[in-house]
Formats: sequence, structure tokens, C-alpha cells
Amino acid sequence: MTTLPTHTEKKLGLAIDLDTCVGCQACVTACKGWNDQGYGVPLSDQNPYGADPSGVFLNRVHSYAVQPIDGAAQTINFPRSCLHCDDAPCVTVCPTGASYKRAEDGIVLVNEDACIGCGLCAWACPYGAREMDAAAGVMKKCTLCVDRIYNENLPEEDREPACVRGCPTGARHFGDFADPDSKVSRLSAERGGYALMPDLGTKPVNRYLPPRKKDVPYEASVLAPLLDIKASGFAGWLDRVLGKI
Amino acid sequence: MTVQPKIDTSPPVSDEIRKTTCYMCACRCGINVHLKEGRVSYIEGNRDHPVNKGVLCAKGASGIMQVTAPSRLRAPLKRVGPRGSGAFEEISWDEALALAVSWMKPLRETAPEKLAFFTGRDQSQSFTGWWAQAFGTPNYAAHGGFCSVNMAAGGIYTIGGAFWEFGQPDWERTKLFVLFGVAEDHDSNPIKIGLGKLKARGARVIGVNPIRTGYNAVADDWLGITPGTDGLLILSLIHCLLEAGKVDLEYLARYTNAPLLVVEDGPEKGMIAKNAESQPFVIDRRTGAPAPWDGKGVQPDLGAVYQGNRTVFQHMAERYLAPEYAPEAVAARCGIAADRIRALAAELAQVAFEQAIEIKQSWTDFRGDFHETMPGRPVSFHAMRGISAHSNGFQTARALHLLQIVLGTVEVPGGYRLKPPYPKPMEAHPTPHFVTAPGKPLSGPHLGYVRGPENLALKEDGSPARIDKAFTWENPFSAHGLMHMLIPNAHAGDPYRIDTLFLYMANMAWNSSMNSARVMEMLTDKGPDGEYIIPRIIYSDAYASEMVAYADLILPDTTYLERHDCISLLDRPISEPDAAGDSIRWPVVEPDRDVRPFQSVLLDLGARLGLAPMVNADGSPKYRDYADYITNHIRRPGVGPLIGFRGDGTAEGRGDANPDQIAAYIANGGFYQAHVPEEAAFYKPWNAAYQDWAVKTSLYETPQPYLFSIWSEPMRKFQAAAEGLGPIQPPDHLRARLKLAMDPLPVWHPPFGDAEATGWGYPVHAITQRPMDMYHSWGSQNAWLRQIRGTNFLYLPTKIWAEQGFVEGDYARVISPNGGITVPVAHMAALNENTVWTWNAIGKRKGAWALDENASEATTGFLLNHLISELLPDKGDGARLSNSDPVTGQAAWFDLRVRIERVGPKDHAEPKFAAVPRVVPQGKERA
Amino acid sequence: MHPAPSVILFSVLSGAGFGLLFYLGFGLAHPSGWAAFLWWGLGYALAVIGLSASTFHLGNPQRALLAFSQWRSSWLSREAWTSVAALVLLAPMALSDWLGLGLPRGFGWPGAVLALGTVFTTSMIYAQIKAVPRWHLWLTPVMFLTFALAGGAVLAGQSFAPVLLAVLLVVLLAIWQVGDGQFARRAQTLGTATGLDRIGTVTVFEQAHTAGNYLLREMIFVVGRKHAQKLRGLAMVLTCLLPAVALAISTGWWAFVAAAVCHITGALAARWLFFAEAEHVVGLFYGKR
Repeated sequence: MTTLPTHTEKKLGLAIDLDTCVGCQACVTACKGWNDQGYGVPLSDQNPYGADPSGVFLNRVHSYAVQPIDGAAQTINFPRSCLHCDDAPCVTVCPTGASYKRAEDGIVLVNEDACIGCGLCAWACPYGAREMDAAAGVMKKCTLCVDRIYNENLPEEDREPACVRGCPTGARHFGDFADPDSKVSRLSAERGGYALMPDLGTKPVNRYLPPRKKDVPYEASVLAPLLDIKASGFAGWLDRVLGKI
Repeated sequence: MTVQPKIDTSPPVSDEIRKTTCYMCACRCGINVHLKEGRVSYIEGNRDHPVNKGVLCAKGASGIMQVTAPSRLRAPLKRVGPRGSGAFEEISWDEALALAVSWMKPLRETAPEKLAFFTGRDQSQSFTGWWAQAFGTPNYAAHGGFCSVNMAAGGIYTIGGAFWEFGQPDWERTKLFVLFGVAEDHDSNPIKIGLGKLKARGARVIGVNPIRTGYNAVADDWLGITPGTDGLLILSLIHCLLEAGKVDLEYLARYTNAPLLVVEDGPEKGMIAKNAESQPFVIDRRTGAPAPWDGKGVQPDLGAVYQGNRTVFQHMAERYLAPEYAPEAVAARCGIAADRIRALAAELAQVAFEQAIEIKQSWTDFRGDFHETMPGRPVSFHAMRGISAHSNGFQTARALHLLQIVLGTVEVPGGYRLKPPYPKPMEAHPTPHFVTAPGKPLSGPHLGYVRGPENLALKEDGSPARIDKAFTWENPFSAHGLMHMLIPNAHAGDPYRIDTLFLYMANMAWNSSMNSARVMEMLTDKGPDGEYIIPRIIYSDAYASEMVAYADLILPDTTYLERHDCISLLDRPISEPDAAGDSIRWPVVEPDRDVRPFQSVLLDLGARLGLAPMVNADGSPKYRDYADYITNHIRRPGVGPLIGFRGDGTAEGRGDANPDQIAAYIANGGFYQAHVPEEAAFYKPWNAAYQDWAVKTSLYETPQPYLFSIWSEPMRKFQAAAEGLGPIQPPDHLRARLKLAMDPLPVWHPPFGDAEATGWGYPVHAITQRPMDMYHSWGSQNAWLRQIRGTNFLYLPTKIWAEQGFVEGDYARVISPNGGITVPVAHMAALNENTVWTWNAIGKRKGAWALDENASEATTGFLLNHLISELLPDKGDGARLSNSDPVTGQAAWFDLRVRIERVGPKDHAEPKFAAVPRVVPQGKERA
Repeated sequence: MHPAPSVILFSVLSGAGFGLLFYLGFGLAHPSGWAAFLWWGLGYALAVIGLSASTFHLGNPQRALLAFSQWRSSWLSREAWTSVAALVLLAPMALSDWLGLGLPRGFGWPGAVLALGTVFTTSMIYAQIKAVPRWHLWLTPVMFLTFALAGGAVLAGQSFAPVLLAVLLVVLLAIWQVGDGQFARRAQTLGTATGLDRIGTVTVFEQAHTAGNYLLREMIFVVGRKHAQKLRGLAMVLTCLLPAVALAISTGWWAFVAAAVCHITGALAARWLFFAEAEHVVGLFYGKR
């Protein structure tokens, strides 16, 4: 199944709001918790209490310093996970067909039963979305919680990815980018949502909503004193203030 | 093309969901704990829960790794070798409890104060305090003294409620939100949810914080203030607002003590003028004559002068209009340009007064005056530990409340809203109780709110009654005690020696103490007689923290999923502005070790000691366990730990004990909410409907309307005493400090030692923040969280980084008057140029928390605590003053001043401590 | 990229092996009897050892047969097919040479073509990856093929081997020269990768995790510039110069062995550099490239 579907009915993905993400890492462990017991093998951790712990996380939140040409330096938190690309290079390189993109909703998945753990898909992904599980020897990646979003054992409101459900600031939005009226499509349109590294031709589905402009000087004129307090004294000020009641 | 694999998109999620309360930090969010085959399989937020509304932070979602952590203690332990050597033997619970009783019982019968019982991150303080009261020791407190008391007390003494989880901005309506202070910890999910709401509708967020991370990273505007100067900035904003007349006069006149009169002279100088009935009064604008402060139809006159006494408003205005508060005068000190201060003031005024809002909801105030609508000023504030962990933190918290008050934004739509049981005026809180008698309980609760010098916890000879010197002239309003002074004072025998130190969940041998290395020595120091200076230490915790090794007896606690707990309105509840709320924890899994919940153990100890409220007439234990206490304890008639499902299961707030109450809470998702009626939603301190509802719900016994305290009479009483007025007089060496610190109007003074630090060559401020993904030291034992943040760096601003030519991989020597540490550094541009900082409590001692001795937490991770002295520099007058706020005794962690010297590359931080002996084996595999 | 020994061994040995098989298959070298057994055996051994080394890094080698399934899109799958096809198709020729069966030489040609094809598919596994700009070059297959032809020529004792070694030298110099500027030509920075360059200059404030992870181990490998220059020199001397000199001054068996050993050793060094110097764009997110 290594060839990509020519068309997917839906384009499910995430809109991640960089203006709202405070970098709290909630999505990171919400994802870890769900996927440790969800689709496929657990997300193993090696040496978890040791000097050099290492484990699989399908979602990681970076923190960047951004220095505008003028104005104060900024800190921008940047969650990074699979973008469920339309032209996913991780799919086409797979020799076994384990890596595939679902025709119905565009989710890029790994069929772990067919994965030989060669790691080539992770090489092919420019976004670092895939991590090999050292215990099971298979490739792990964001499933967009495919075992949540259609799960009839969950209440309807919970049928969204664990990272979206858990995000305290609501900086992560899940939906169908193929539907121009979906929340994610509208948000992306309103806020100038952008794809990562579009020039690599991967056609990511996920969109990042850019941070709003910061540190814009307040435009209203500064407060004018009621009167010259030095000249009129405190009593004058008091009269003037209270005269306004 | 092969066929796309068929996958099961509807797998069963779990066998069962049990809803309880998180304890991965202090927020107390509701969680759904999924179980598969009796084991915890997944934890997510409870959507119905008032605190988190379904979301969950990084810690909460990692709870599964905490309840299976290898660091969990496994059985009671008794020390058999020298203290700190790690030589323990496992003993049975019967032996452990008998040993504890054999130590405690003689103390109770002879000198109850020789037991000091302090609880750290305890969420059952109304219970542990009740136990200590029954024991009869005055020496009880929780960790508030080293954490938040400035914030709590500053709020209570000013608006009858505080920041942190005791209130919140009106997230739905506020248009401008200003957040002060570092440390993105308390009430973190609610604040994150709130910020999300603001961001979703594009409301403006301004951060005032030396460090631009987290909440400040998403702020639309950032003021990188110099630590310890927030109060000065705030008073300068008030200056600008007053100067322009942009203050809410109506609000000030009706709801604050601005129109009350201040006695100009004489023995009562500075007190609020009272009438013949000892009641404060106002001058009615309609008549120009005195009128009751709460009289119907009265229109208090802010400009009144009566018998030579001027109003609080005039004192306030005169104070802050002074040129010393002009932006130009404070800019350099605050590290913020004057025009930015003026712009912020203008923005506050513009939104408060030009963009005012109104809710079509009528209400009646405490004067009996009817209002058609609820007007609101959509400017709101919130504050974090950053502004409060300074020796001027109490006054800074008060200043921020004053700013809210002059803008008329507290308890109005769009402003800052308090959560039941707040608003609750200082007068409705108890005073401290401390008088001991052998074999007798204390006459009332330990912690309270001091009204004047007569309430100080002093013995007849004027010496402190409490080991931590709370409620003394050194820190009169120490409403949470001073846990950080417990061990130093016990070691110094100042004010006296104790016998048994009984600690719960407080890592005093590491990150919870100032001067940690010295505290470790204090714990093992012996006197000339060869005995330990602190003779006995009993410690209860669930995990192998650094403190465990220093105990003589260890009572292993359960984890949070294995226990009952009660998040009570008697304590620190989970209310929302629109509802009083409380909640429980219950054992969703059974412990697999020989551990017991500490609260049940405490009840058992109490029964064995024969403490009256814990035994029946026949001497048998009154409570089977903590669950039994939660259900059946009656604090006041009809009032117990929980407000929901009382009596026959339908009573709210008041009612008899209901044997099925816990089951009802479990069925309800682990919590209960009593909703505030709509007409009572705002203007609560003055809203008759709210006052009536609060009485009905058991928050008060009688309606408690009150005026916000711009002028604090309790503070003035101490200031007056320092001036020589009144019968109770402070020691002379504290007079000058009291005159300054106990100013009845919010005032700013440089943090203690500020001038000296600069003069002695410590020009840089050093502070910490708690990461949103770690709760103090707890996160490091968590297999997931420690991968996120397993070590820390000292962040240096560009100025220092460039001046000294730092490069990536470098270490720096960080030197304070108390010592030096050598730590890894990193560059951060979005940082106040005179400030360095790091994440709090990431550094661990080797051997603790079941980690490898070479864990990064113990090799490159570090604490700033070693740089901070628990005492102020000795001025040669013999006074041994704590490094704390002079009003409340809050640990002044953020007063730390340092200098930075480049060291170059290294591979470990210093000092390197020897490994702490293990009490549990090193963790290997994850569960 | 992490220079994993298994992948380096695989690509070097199988490249040389298929190179040798190419010459044997085409009959440019046509040994007979036990000499044929040894020569063909060497070619097969190198190819098979290389191929099996490639399975060492698999997480689940027991499923390796599945790798034949995706020949339509996957170069790795195509490599599996071409390698097996080459080895199968060349077997009659090998047997014929050994046992003197006298099969026409034409029987070896399809296998010989497939042997080179295998090397080409191997090269395309790397060349196709846009996320590694240094590899995503037409020079990558040229380099692999030149290696196979030159190495095969050395092993096959071809007199023109020194010429091919000289060509290989030029190709190596070219791929290094072009490769060094390749990441910059792609013009990706942390700012463009995150899209935050719209605000200002982007640097890493904090890593996402302080702990290590698969991406850091697998994709992010930093080799010192001086170290790389030394290794390049060594690779050129061992791979091309010394074998060429040895073969030029003698036709004895010792010269043949010395040239082969030098060449393979140098090839290992060059291949180590091929991985170690290759930068994956994911390194940008970590502020490391």
C-alpha cells in the first residue's frame, strides 16, 4: 500500500495555534498516555530511571527564541507531530507497505504487523514525525488517534485526538481540512494558517496558526493630567476630581 | 495496489472509569482513571469537573507513571544506624505506631509544644490542623509560609480574597488581562483555560514578568520588569491614573473604605475614626453630616474633612500623586521605560472606562439600595508567586489589589471575581491560637488573621510561643506559619528546643529549604551530650525523597489513587466564581505495598494518644479511617468537611452527616457544586443575595458585608505601636522596620539587602520558575516527565552572556553572599537584563527518588537553594531575623542577589553532594 | 545521519560484490574451475554478506520478505527484487564457469545488468530523500555506480581498474564539493522550517525534551570539520590512490589483495562520511545541523 491514494475524501488534521500555545507539554503526555495503551504496541521507554532515559513520543513541544528586527525577543512554543501530508514521502519509501495513507480520511498510519523496522520512512520525513520503538522494533507515529476519533465506545464529544482533548489552552484544533466550512479550515483561513516547509512538496495537511503581532505600542494617547498639580496643589486636584462625580 | 489494512477504530477503551481528583500538583483537577484488569491504564481530565473541564496538564496525564514509580516507599522503616546513614529496618505498622506514640505521649502530657507538626504539600490542612489542635501543640503549619502567604494575606487584608486559585478573572468578559509575576503554577489549568478563552476571542493579554516564557510567551505585550519592583510599577500606574482622574470614584465611595475618616492626631492617630457606637462612619454627600457606613441611601463623600480628619481617599491620593511615583522616577529601578508605564496606565484606563460593560441583572446591595444592572470594567489582573516571594511581597500584593480597586474591577463583570468561600473579610477569619497546657488541646485553630498586637503569639515574657516565630513582631501577619524557619529555629533552640519533629510531605532536606546543605547538617548535628540536637524526626511521605534518609521513623503514605481525601470548603476548596465546590479522592486502586494513607494513620495515632475528638467515651477509636472522618466529622453544627449530599442526601451546605455521602460524591464524579444564584454572581461582598446564599451554604454564620481595605487598620496598629503608641510595644530593634513595613497604605520599599547586595558586588537578581510540567521535586521520579525536563540550565540575559563571552556548553560560577554554585548556563534574550533564572527543583541529590546516581538531575541539574540564606545578614545587633517578608514571614526566595563568573565547559554542576542512602532500590524498568 | 556500521558494511560490501559480479557476468573476467569458484564465490559472498548485514538494523528482520511487496513505489523494495534477481540469474553462469558447463556468455548479461541495477536501486534509496539534501543529488547514484564499477574492477583484476579508480576519485571530489553546499542551496533554516522567520531570527530556547530520542540518535550526527577533512583525505588515498599504485606496479596476487583491502577500507571510510556528513532537515528543529 505504499502508493498514495490519488484522492482522500477527508483531510483530517490539526490546526495548531502558536498564538495560544503556552508550552505546557500537556499534549505531549496526553498523547503518550493514550498511545501507550492504544493503537499498536506501547510507546516504550528505555532506561526510564537511568542516566540516559529515552522513549518514544509522538508529539514534542519545542521552545524557540525569536528576535524581531526591532522589538523585544519572544518565546514561541512549537508543538511538532505528524502533519499527515498529502504527498507523504514516508509512505512511498516503505518497502513492505506497512506505511500507508488512508483513502477515507488521509490519516497516515503504520501497519505494525507489516513493519520491518528499517527506519527508512523516518529518514524520508522532513518533520521528524516518526520514532522507532526500541522495544518492539516498529515505527511509531501520530495516528491522529484513529482509535478515538471513530470510537463508538467513547462519548461523541471525546472522539477527538487525545492531544486536542487534553490541551488546556485549546491551542489544538482537530477537523477536516477538505471541508472549507470546518472549524479548522475557517481558523486557518482567518488566521493565515501555514504549512511547514511547503517547498519540499510534501503537502502537509496540518496547519500552524501564526502568532499574532506582539509588542505593538499602545496607540491611544497617554493619559493627560487633569491639571497642573504642582501649580494648583493637592486641594485643587481633589476639587477637580470630585467635581466629576 | 494492495488492500488498505482494516483496523478496529472502535476498540474497547477500558473496563471501567473511576472518577477522582488529581494530585500531581495543587490544582486538584478532576480525572477519569481508566482501569483494565484492575490496573490503571489511562488517565484523562473529567469534562464535568469545575476546575479543569476535561483538560489535563502534562503532570496529570503522567499520573500513571507516578502510581507505579519505583520510588514509592514500601513499608514502615525505623532508623537503626546514625541519622542520615540510610540504615533502616522494615517494621510493622503496629511497631511503628507504638514507637510514635511512645515518643509523643510523654510530650503531650508534659510539654505539647515539644512536638512540632508541619505538613508540606498537604491538601488536608483543616484536618491536620484539627489534629494538632487536639494534641495541644502550638507548632503546626503547612507550607504556605515558604510558598504563598504574601499573596493570600495581602489579598485577605485588602479585598477579603486573594489571587491564585481563590479567584479568577471574568474570562468570558474581560477585554484586557494583565498577569504579574513568575512561576506558572497555581491554578494552572484554570488559568490556561482562561487564557485560551481570551485568545480565542482576541482579547489582549499583557505580561509583567522578568522572564518571557509560558503565559508570558503568548502575551501580546511584555514588560520585562526587574524582580522585586512590581510594587513600585503598580504604584506608578496608580499615580498616572490618579493624576488623570481616571479612577472609579463611585466604586471607591460605595465599596471601599476610601470615604472613611482617618484620625489625624492623638493616641488614635491613623485609626479609622469611629462613632459613639464604635462604628466607622462616612460623611453623607446629601447632608454633609456623618452617616452609618452601611446606611441605606447614604452617598459617602470621598472629599470630606470632618473634625480635622480627612478621608482615606485623600490620604491615598496624596501619597500616590507624589512625584516619587511618577513613571520617570521609577523607570530605571523597574527596568521599564517611563513611556511604557504611561502607555500601560492609559490602556488600563481606556478599557476600564471607555469600554465599560453592563449585565442586565438587578441586585440589592448591603445598604438596601437597589441596582437595575451590574456595570463592569473589563480589565482584570492575576498574579503569581513572582511578585510575592520578596521581602516586600505583602505590600506588593496589596498594591496590586489597590490598582484593581481604583479601577473598580474587583467583583464586577469583566474584572476579578472571587470564588466561595471568598469574599470573606479578615474579620471573619479566626485569630491565632497558641496557648498550651500539658494534656490539653489548643483552644482554637493555630493559624489566623491578626487584628492588632494583642493577637500576637507571644508568651508572657514576650518571647515567641511558636517554634517558627509566627505571629511575632518579626512577622505579625504570618497567617501560614514559617515552615522554612522550623528546622533552623529548632536547631538554634531559638526560641526554644523541641523534641519531636513530625513532618508530612515536605522535602526539607533538599528543595523546600533555603540553605539546603546547612539544613542537612542541622538534621544530623549532635549536641555536647552526643544526642541529636533535634532529638526525633518522624516523616511521612509516599516517595523516597531526599528527606526520607534523615528520619528516625518513616510512615509510608499511599499514592493519590490509593487513598481517600477531601478537598474541603473548610480548607482550600475547588470553587468557581459561580459555585462553591468541594471534592474527594477515593481509592481507585488498592496499594500493593505495606503502606497506609497518612490521614488514616493520623487518626489512628490520635486514638492511641487518646486525643478527645478522636476517641469515643469508652476509649475506642472514633473514626475507622479518614473516609469515616470525612463522612462523620462535624466541625460546627450541621457543617462537616463536605457540603454536598448531606443529611438525607439532598441537603447542601448544612445538614447531618450522611453515611452514603462518599458514595454520592463518587456517583457524581468525585465532586459537588453549590451554584451561586445569578443575582448573586457579582458584587459579592456587598450583594445581599450573595450574603444570604453564603450563609445558607455554610460559608458564613451570618451575612458579612464589608468594605475593601485601602487603609489597613490592623497594619496601622502595628505601625502605631512602633511609633510608641499603645500599651503593647515591639522590641526596639524592630521599630524602624515595622514603621516601614506596616504602612497602612500600600507602599514599596526595596527588598531587604537590596542596597547592600548592589554595593557588595551582587548586581544580578536570581530567581526560579516552576515548570508547568513538574510539581516541585515530584516530577523527576516520573518516567515520562523526567524525559521532558531532566536537567536545568541557568538562563543568562544577553547583556551578561555577551559581556563575559559565554558560549554554548559553558558553566558559570554563581556567587551569593551565602555561597557559590557552578552550573550549566544557556542564553535567553527574552529576559530582564539584570536577571538570571532557572527551573525550580529539577536538581536532585544522588540516590534519591529511585534514580540512577548518574541521572542528569543529579549531575548537571542544580538548585539555587544553596545560595539563599534563611537568615538576613547579621547587623551586629544580635537579632536573628529570617529572610522573609516583614509582614507575613513569607520566605523571600526571590530576593536572591548574585554575581556571575564564566567558568567554561564542564560536565557536572557543583556542589556535588555524596549520594543519599537509598531506602528503595534504583528503578529499572517502567511499569 | 547516524553512520550505522550495518548500513555502511552493507552498502560497501554489496556494492563491491555486485560490481565484481557485473564483471564476472559480462565475462570481462572469465575464470574457470576452482578459480571461478573462488571469484564468483567472492562476488556472491560480498553481495550476500552485505545484504544480510542490512538486515541487522531491522527491528523485525523476520518480516523481511514483506520488503518485496512494494516494488511499484519503494526503491528499497526494488533493491530487494533486483538483488535477488541478479543473484539468481547469475547462478547458471557461475556454475558454468566453475564446472566448465560452457554456457554462452550471453547468459550472464541480464544478471550483470541487474547487478549494476541493484547498486543503482541502493543509491536511489538515499538519493530520493529530499529531507537529506546532501544525498538528494544525481551524483549519489553516480557515486554508488562508480564505486561498484571501480571496486568490481579491482576485485576482478581488470587492467583498466586504475582508470576507474581515477574516475572514482573525481566523482568523490565532485560529490563532496557539491554536497557541501547542498544544504545551503536548499535554503532551509530553523526559521523557514518553523515558519517563524516571518517574525524574526529563530534560535532554540529550550529543547523539547532534555532526554535523548530516536531522531537525535538516528538523524542528527555532528562530525567535526577538521575530522571530516582528514577522513576525506584518507578515503581518497585508500580507495583510489593506493590501489591504483599497487595495481600499476605489479600484477602479482599480493598487489591484487593489497589493492582490494585498501579499496574496501577506503570505501568504508568514504561511506562513513556519506552518512556522517549528511544532515537531515529535522536537525533544524533541534537547532542542530
